[in-house]
Amino acid sequence: MEPKVSIKLPAKDAARVERFAEITGVNVFACYQCGNCSASCPATEFMDVPPHQVMRYLQLEMFDEIVKANTCWICAACITCTAKCPRGIDIAKAMEGLRQIFLEEQEFARYNIFDIKKKVLEKLPQIALVGNFRKNIL
Amino acid sequence: MEVSYYPGCTLKTNGKNFEVTTLKLLEKLDVDVKELEEWYCCGVTFSQSEENLIQKVAPIRTLVKAKEAGRKKLLVLCAMCYNTLKRAVKFIKDNPDKRDVIHDFMDRESTKYFGDEVEIIDLLSLLKLIGREKIREVVGDKRLNLKVAGYYGCMLLRPRDIAIDSETNPTLLEEMLENFGLSPVYFPFRVECCGSYQILNNSDFVRKQTRLIVSSAIENGADFIVTLCPLCFYNLDEVQKEIAEEDSAFKTIPVMYISQLLSIAAGISPEINDFNLHSIDPRPVLREKGLL
Ligand code: SF4
Ligand code: SF4
Repeated sequence: MEPKVSIKLPAKDAARVERFAEITGVNVFACYQCGNCSASCPATEFMDVPPHQVMRYLQLEMFDEIVKANTCWICAACITCTAKCPRGIDIAKAMEGLRQIFLEEQEFARYNIFDIKKKVLEKLPQIALVGNFRKNIL
Repeated sequence: MEVSYYPGCTLKTNGKNFEVTTLKLLEKLDVDVKELEEWYCCGVTFSQSEENLIQKVAPIRTLVKAKEAGRKKLLVLCAMCYNTLKRAVKFIKDNPDKRDVIHDFMDRESTKYFGDEVEIIDLLSLLKLIGREKIREVVGDKRLNLKVAGYYGCMLLRPRDIAIDSETNPTLLEEMLENFGLSPVYFPFRVECCGSYQILNNSDFVRKQTRLIVSSAIENGADFIVTLCPLCFYNLDEVQKEIAEEDSAFKTIPVMYISQLLSIAAGISPEINDFNLHSIDPRPVLREKGLL
């Protein structure tokens, strides 16, 4: 008898794919997985899934995997990845698109101002506060 | 030369050394700087989402005010404000249909801003425009015995289409230090991200970056690090102090806004600075160098 191997492909997520394209216009299929984005990203070691792998998940439309990852929330929007991508892909913009999709879907606000310690607020520049709110609250 | 000036929120509070010293310096260089009578918080981070128009309203409102003020150039010192304003302008220039939506939304403004009326300019580009000759005239031939690591950070260099210089190998900051008789120190982490607003969510990330940037500047022989961004300033200065408190082997280096050192080089008294706004006090090094 012939051995049977079955591979279960994860569910594709057409609605989010469409939403992602609408918000960002990023062509994820241009990515050839060289890993330059992850190599240049200053935050990779704090991410459970590095940027190039997020790009791969986007190609495969595996949004569930991306939702589980902390990648787009660790991203500091520094645009280094975009500067380094040999395929001209705006990975930083893709991260922004993901943040927006997830905020729209679930939380709208991932951040609570009362979590910030009073002592920190004394010296912290306003741009840190406003910047952080802008990326974590819709 | 005359320019309008947009300070942004932080330069009126924690970042005021940046404002005070720049204004004095530009006065000495005969630039007529006039703060906009009305301006708004720019929103700090530019939304890269194509359809998030509401986050682009604030910068455009400010540009409307700048257009009404009548001057051709708008000086923006804070690197984050520069980035946000410059990208918002580019966005409405490239997307006329979205520009119309934004205009329709702004019902308090009678003026419309289309994208080309006012040029947003950062401090380094303005100094370049003023020219080396004028600067040398004010500074004279003297050189201060100061080795300065110019830290660019991200927001003046990325993305490419609003960058003030080469994204990966810029020289403008060093050129300006040189013009003012300071010795620039090239160090490998000068265009790396400091971790930005992630200081609020993931301070380990910022600590890692601060360590790398600071150590690299020290290893390359710098006396000071200079920056043009109040958030970089905080992450390099305050976070550096926190690291030093925990790790006695960690060497520190004072961080200053570039204008703080350039104004000293131009013969302006350091007394105009509020040194209490520094976590790593720059005064000992300034004294050691005979500048205070
Ligand atoms: S740098 Fe560009 S091409 Fe390379 S893995 Fe990242 S997104 Fe793909
Ligand atoms: S923009 Fe985000 S993903 Fe890209 S290099 Fe910076 S932190 Fe990493």
